[in-house]
Amino acid sequence: MTFFWTILAMVAVLGVAWRYLGSYMAAVFEGRTNWLSFIEKPVYKVLRIDPDSEQTWQRYATGVIVFSGVALAFGYAIFRLQGVLPFNPQHLPGVAPATAWNTIVSFVTNTNWQSYSGETTLSYLSQMGDLAVQNFVSAAVGIAVAVALIRGFARRDSKTIGNFWTDLVRANLYVLLPIAFVAAIIFVSQGALQTLAGPAHISDALNGASQIIPRGPVASQEVIKQLGTNGGGFFNANGADPFENPTGLTNIMSILLILIIPVALTYTFGKMVGSVRQGAAILAVMAVLFGGWLGIASVSEHQANPAVAAAGVSQIHGPAGDVGNMEGKEVRFGDTSSALYAVTSTQTSTGSVDGAEDSYTPMGGFALLTGMQLGEVSPGGVGSGLYGMLLFAIITVFIGGLMVGRTPEYLGKKIQAREVKLASMGVLVMPITVLVLTAISVSVHAGRIGPLNAGPHGFSEILYDFTSVTNNNGSAFAGIGASSNYYNIINTVGLLMGRFAIIVPVLALAGSLAVKKPVAATAGSFRTDVPMFGFLLIGVVLIVGALTFFPALSLGPIVEQLSNGRFF
Amino acid sequence: MLGSLTRSLGLTVFFFVLLGLVYPLVETGIGQAAFGHQANGSLTAHGSPLVGQQWKGPRWFQGRPDSDDPMATGGTNLGPRSKVLLQDTRKQDALLTREGIAPTPDLVTTSGSGVDPDISPADAYAQVTTVARARGLSVTAVRSLVKSQVQEPQFGFLGSSYIDVLQLNERLAALR
Repeated sequence: MTFFWTILAMVAVLGVAWRYLGSYMAAVFEGRTNWLSFIEKPVYKVLRIDPDSEQTWQRYATGVIVFSGVALAFGYAIFRLQGVLPFNPQHLPGVAPATAWNTIVSFVTNTNWQSYSGETTLSYLSQMGDLAVQNFVSAAVGIAVAVALIRGFARRDSKTIGNFWTDLVRANLYVLLPIAFVAAIIFVSQGALQTLAGPAHISDALNGASQIIPRGPVASQEVIKQLGTNGGGFFNANGADPFENPTGLTNIMSILLILIIPVALTYTFGKMVGSVRQGAAILAVMAVLFGGWLGIASVSEHQANPAVAAAGVSQIHGPAGDVGNMEGKEVRFGDTSSALYAVTSTQTSTGSVDGAEDSYTPMGGFALLTGMQLGEVSPGGVGSGLYGMLLFAIITVFIGGLMVGRTPEYLGKKIQAREVKLASMGVLVMPITVLVLTAISVSVHAGRIGPLNAGPHGFSEILYDFTSVTNNNGSAFAGIGASSNYYNIINTVGLLMGRFAIIVPVLALAGSLAVKKPVAATAGSFRTDVPMFGFLLIGVVLIVGALTFFPALSLGPIVEQLSNGRFF
Repeated sequence: MLGSLTRSLGLTVFFFVLLGLVYPLVETGIGQAAFGHQANGSLTAHGSPLVGQQWKGPRWFQGRPDSDDPMATGGTNLGPRSKVLLQDTRKQDALLTREGIAPTPDLVTTSGSGVDPDISPADAYAQVTTVARARGLSVTAVRSLVKSQVQEPQFGFLGSSYIDVLQLNERLAALR
C-alpha cells in the first residue's frame, strides 16, 4: 500500500514538472528567459561568443566533439595530478592511468560507470572538479543535442540549428544549477554529508568496534548525479550508502530528480514544434514502457531470494506485505522501492543504484538489463532519451508509410531516404557495439576471468557491462572485475561509440530536417498524436530490442530463471 | 575549429570554477551553517547512526551480517542462484539458530551498502528473548524498548519501517 502512495506521489510531481519545467525549458532555449544574464553575458563577452549567431549542424557537432575532447584532457589531468592539488585531506596519490582514463571517458559521455572506489581513490578536488562538473556539463550537452533536434523539426527552410555554446551555458545555468542547488540542501538536512573535513575515526565503547568513516562534499554531488542522469557515486556503494541516500525521502527525491528533466523535455518538444499533443504522445509511450518494466521488476523483487528460500528461512508476512529479495538491498528502502529506483535508473541513462543489482532475482535483473537494451528511451537520459525516442518515431512513420505506400511525414517534415538512414544508424549503433564487445569478451581469457558469479549469471555480468557502458548508463552487475585493465580499456570503446556515434547522426538529422519546408497535413497523412501511432511506436521499440537481444538474453537471465532450482 | 577550441577551453575553466568550486563550497557553507550535525556525518559518542557496526554476542541486538567497513562499501554481488550465496545463507542461518534467534530474511542476507545501519521491526522482535535472557531483563521491557525505536515510513508512505541498531543498543545499554 505504501508503494501505491509512492507511485501516486511520483506521478503527481512529474505531472507538475512536465507542464511547468517543460515550458520553462522551452523559454530557456528560445531565449525568452534571462534572469541569470548577469552571469551569462560576461562569459559570452570574454569568450567572444555571439549569442545571436547560429550554427550549421556541422559547426554544432564540431562544438560538441571539441568541447568533449577538452573536457577529457582537462579531467584526466586532474585525476592524475590530484596528489599535488588541494582538497586532498586523505593524501591520496594520483589515480592510476587506466582507471583515470576509463573514469573520465565515462563521465564525459554521461555514463558514470564506476571502476573507481570513491572513498579510497578520489580526492575531494577530483570529486568536485571532475565528477561533479562533468555531471553538469555532460548532461547539458545531452540537453543541447536534443534541443537542436527539436529545432530541426520546428524550423523551416533553415540552414542552422542553434548555437551550441549558448545552449550549453543555458542548460547548465538556467536548468541544472538552480534545481541542484535547492535539492542538495534538502539532502543534507536528511543526513547526506557536505563537508570538507577528512575521515572521522570512531571507536565505540559499547562494542569495542572502531571505524574510519570517509566523508566529503557528498550532497552537492549526489543531487546533480541524479538530475543529470549521470549516476556515478561519491562512494563505492553509490545510492545504497546511507551518506549518499539516507532516508525514504531522499530515495524518492533521487527518483524524481532522475525523471523530471527527461519527462519535462517531451513538453518542451511539443511546445517548440507547436503542438503539445505531439509531446504528450511521446510521453505516453515512455510511460507505458516504464510501467511495464516497473511491474516486472517490482513483482520479481517482492519474491523471496532463491538462496534464502533454499536455506529454509521462512518468509515474514507482515502488515506491510511480505519481505521480498533483500540480498543486496537496504532495510530503510525495502524491496519494491529499491526496484522502483533501479528501474528508474536503468530506463534513463543514470545507472545509480540503491542496492546491488547483481543480486536481483533473475527476472528482476532481466527487467534492468532489457530496460537499457530498448535504447533507454522510456524516458531515457536527459536529452538522450528524447532524441533516442525521436529516432524510433522516425522509423515508425517510415514503417507506417511503407504499409500504406506513401512518403512518410513527421511533424510536417517529409521523411526521406537520408533521414531514415541516419535514424537507423542512430538506433543500430548501440546493439551492434554491445553484441560485438560481448562476443569478444567471452572469447578471450582476459574477458572470461571478469565475472564473479558462475554459470549463466557470469555471462549476464559481461552482457550487462557492455549494455550499460554503450547505453551510457553506468549501472553494473557489479561482481564483474571492471577495474582490470582489459575492462577499463575495452569499456571506453563502448562508452565513446554509444555517445558520439549516436550524437553525430542525430545532429545530421537535425540539419537535414531544418532545411525542409513543411508539407500541409491532408486526410491521407498518418497522424502522430493519436493512440494508433503510440501503439506502433511501442511495437517498433520492442521489436527492435527483442530481435537484437533475445538470443543473448536467453543465455543469461532467461536460462537462469528456467534453471529449476539449480545453483551455480 | 580553432574558435571551437578556445571557446571549449574557456568554458571548461568557467564551469570548473562555477560548478566545481563555487557550487560545492557554497553548499558546504549552507550545509554546515544550517545542518552542521548531519553535514558532518551525524556523529555521536558511539559512532554514526548512519553506519552499521558489528555487534557480537547475545547481549546486543545484531544488525545485518555486513562487513560494516565504511571505507569499503558495497554488496556481495552474489547472484540469486549462486552456490556461495546459498552456503553463506545456510551458515548465517545456523549461527542465528544456535543463539536462539529465529532467522529472518534481513538477518541472513547482506545489504547493498555493506554498512546498513538498520533492521526491520520483525528482525528486532526475533532477537528480544535472546537479548533479555543474556542481560537478565524482562522480555516485556526489552520488547517495549524495541517498539519505542521503530521508525515508521517517512510521511507514512516513503520507504519501510526500520530500527536503527546503534540507537537501539544505546538505549538497551541504559536499560536497567
